[in-house]
Amino acid sequence: MLETTLFYIFSFVAIVSAILVITQRNVVHSAIFLAATLLAVAGIFLTLHAEFLAGVQVIVYVGGILVLFVFVIMLIALNRTEVERQFNRQWTLAAITAAVLVAEFAYVIFRGKETFPLPSATAAAPAIAVTGNSQLVGVSLYTNYLLPFEIASILLLVAIVGAVVLSKKKTAED
Amino acid sequence: MNLDSFIDWILLPLIKIGILFGLLSLVIAYLTLLERKIIAFMQVRLGPMRVGPHGLLQPIADGIKLMLKEDIVPSRADKIVFTLAPVITLIPAFIVFAVIPFGPRSIHIPGFTIPGLNVQVAERTTGFFITDLNIGLLYVLAVSSIGILGIILGGWASNSKYPLLGALRSAAQMVSYEVALGFSIMGVLMMAGTLSLVEIVNAQKNAGAWYVFLQPVGFILFFICGVAETNRAPFDLPEAESELVAGFHTEYSGFRFSLFFLAEYAAMIVVSSMAVTLFWGGWLRPFPNIAALGFLGLVPGFLWFALKVLVFLYFYLWFRASWPRYRYDQLMKIGWQVLMPIAIANVIVTAVLVLWLGGSR
Amino acid sequence: MGNSVLLAYIPIFIFMAIAFLFPIVTLFVAKLIRPNSGGEAKLSPYECGVDPDSDARQRYAIRYYVVAILFVIFDVETVFLFPWAIIYKQLAFFGLMEMLVFLGILIVGYVWIIKKGALDWA
Repeated sequence: MLETTLFYIFSFVAIVSAILVITQRNVVHSAIFLAATLLAVAGIFLTLHAEFLAGVQVIVYVGGILVLFVFVIMLIALNRTEVERQFNRQWTLAAITAAVLVAEFAYVIFRGKETFPLPSATAAAPAIAVTGNSQLVGVSLYTNYLLPFEIASILLLVAIVGAVVLSKKKTAED
Repeated sequence: MNLDSFIDWILLPLIKIGILFGLLSLVIAYLTLLERKIIAFMQVRLGPMRVGPHGLLQPIADGIKLMLKEDIVPSRADKIVFTLAPVITLIPAFIVFAVIPFGPRSIHIPGFTIPGLNVQVAERTTGFFITDLNIGLLYVLAVSSIGILGIILGGWASNSKYPLLGALRSAAQMVSYEVALGFSIMGVLMMAGTLSLVEIVNAQKNAGAWYVFLQPVGFILFFICGVAETNRAPFDLPEAESELVAGFHTEYSGFRFSLFFLAEYAAMIVVSSMAVTLFWGGWLRPFPNIAALGFLGLVPGFLWFALKVLVFLYFYLWFRASWPRYRYDQLMKIGWQVLMPIAIANVIVTAVLVLWLGGSR
Repeated sequence: MGNSVLLAYIPIFIFMAIAFLFPIVTLFVAKLIRPNSGGEAKLSPYECGVDPDSDARQRYAIRYYVVAILFVIFDVETVFLFPWAIIYKQLAFFGLMEMLVFLGILIVGYVWIIKKGALDWA
């Protein structure tokens, strides 16, 4: 009951602020609504009892990536965005793509709705209560999914190199 | 929702939040007076003396003054974001306190019957904390990382050069020290094996030693990064008045300014509380497992906690009175090129030691 | 019982609501009692008394961007360390080895950044 109520509240906030993210003319306002969306998604993780994921969602997305976005917004002169048109000529094409996507989602939900109910939360509760959500994440990440984890570090290395190389070019000129 | 869970999760937390809010406002108010007094004494001055005996009513006068001051919104500012930014900074600074354990789970409330309704209320035990989360430590880091956003937005919304530069600087600084801060607490986590702050303190009791004795490097790193995260001296570059006037809150005045101010002092208390919880045994008395010192246990846990927090707040003020400000390039160098490698090395050394010494810790 | 995880967060939601109301109420009260006299000079951006000659929102040094993106990368790295650290005693030697590989790869990246001077501010 509590889960369901909170789920609907968080989903509502997430969807409304996500719409506002793309309709706001001012980029910084968009960023604020993006923060609201991301926090609401963290809330949805909570309703699924994925506490660790909710914490990580806030740390990485709100505290990290959103801060990066705001930095980028400040690095560019954004006066132009306020006067530019929000829609370009491809909007019919975009609308068709969106419609197809919606149809696809509807089909998937229709066909797969039997698999949606999660294994009952009450049955799983004792196991979670004993070890804790974060410990469970740790166990599966560092035993079953070890290879993806190590590959993630290589991915991060690539990201480091990419960031430095891209920015270095600019600083060499001045 | 039945009556018992209503009491456990809504009524009791509500009472505790009320008490905490009152205490926090009081502590922050008097922390400002303490700061002025201590720095004054260190500089052989008297500090505030006029309002009340020894200036004891000064914080109240300051509060009233801030309420009565004109609240200027610059004409070029983005008015909505300008108002929102201090609120975004303040909320995280306050709600972090929800998971900080000020004392053990030791408040007994006897069961009773509500007269007239014939409803039985069960006996229960509650603690000196609002809630104990499985991910307590992660919650603290997550919530405090939101505060950065408020600072950047405040600087941007002012649409003035000093605040914008100050905001960029603050954010870059906080972000740089957050990484080393994250690494510095890994040693504690390895030994405690949990993210719950209450359990981390209990683990220190079981280990028989505060973690500062097992993790001295981790603690020093944590506190340095904590001071930098709160933008306090000697890392108070965002407010370097000689170059940036007042940093991100240059254009803020009146009560909007005091919201930023409250957030900064609340953050100082959070860093001190976290240092106490993670490294200095939280509410535990010194030498928690030596029976001969049992008389120390007569002092209740939350007083030990308060005493230890006060020591770290004193350090904050002492730093401010003693050290000049770093230059910005020095600041970035310390964060990325000095603290980071030490923190990573500390993680690896601790990992090896924990393994080597077996489960003895 | 299955709700117990979520119940622990209810106090936080309550706290959030109160912490949100506090600045709203105080700002509103302050608005009622404070003086309010405008003035063009008073409301202009503060530039030590000189009239501001240009918009504040210009382009800023790319270094801030580099710092921010490196922060995101290392932040993700610390997030990976949290679950590892709390089950480290169970993972034991295996855990040490896998983290040495993980950190080793990132230390290579870190040393490279320092060598490249991407973090030199001066």
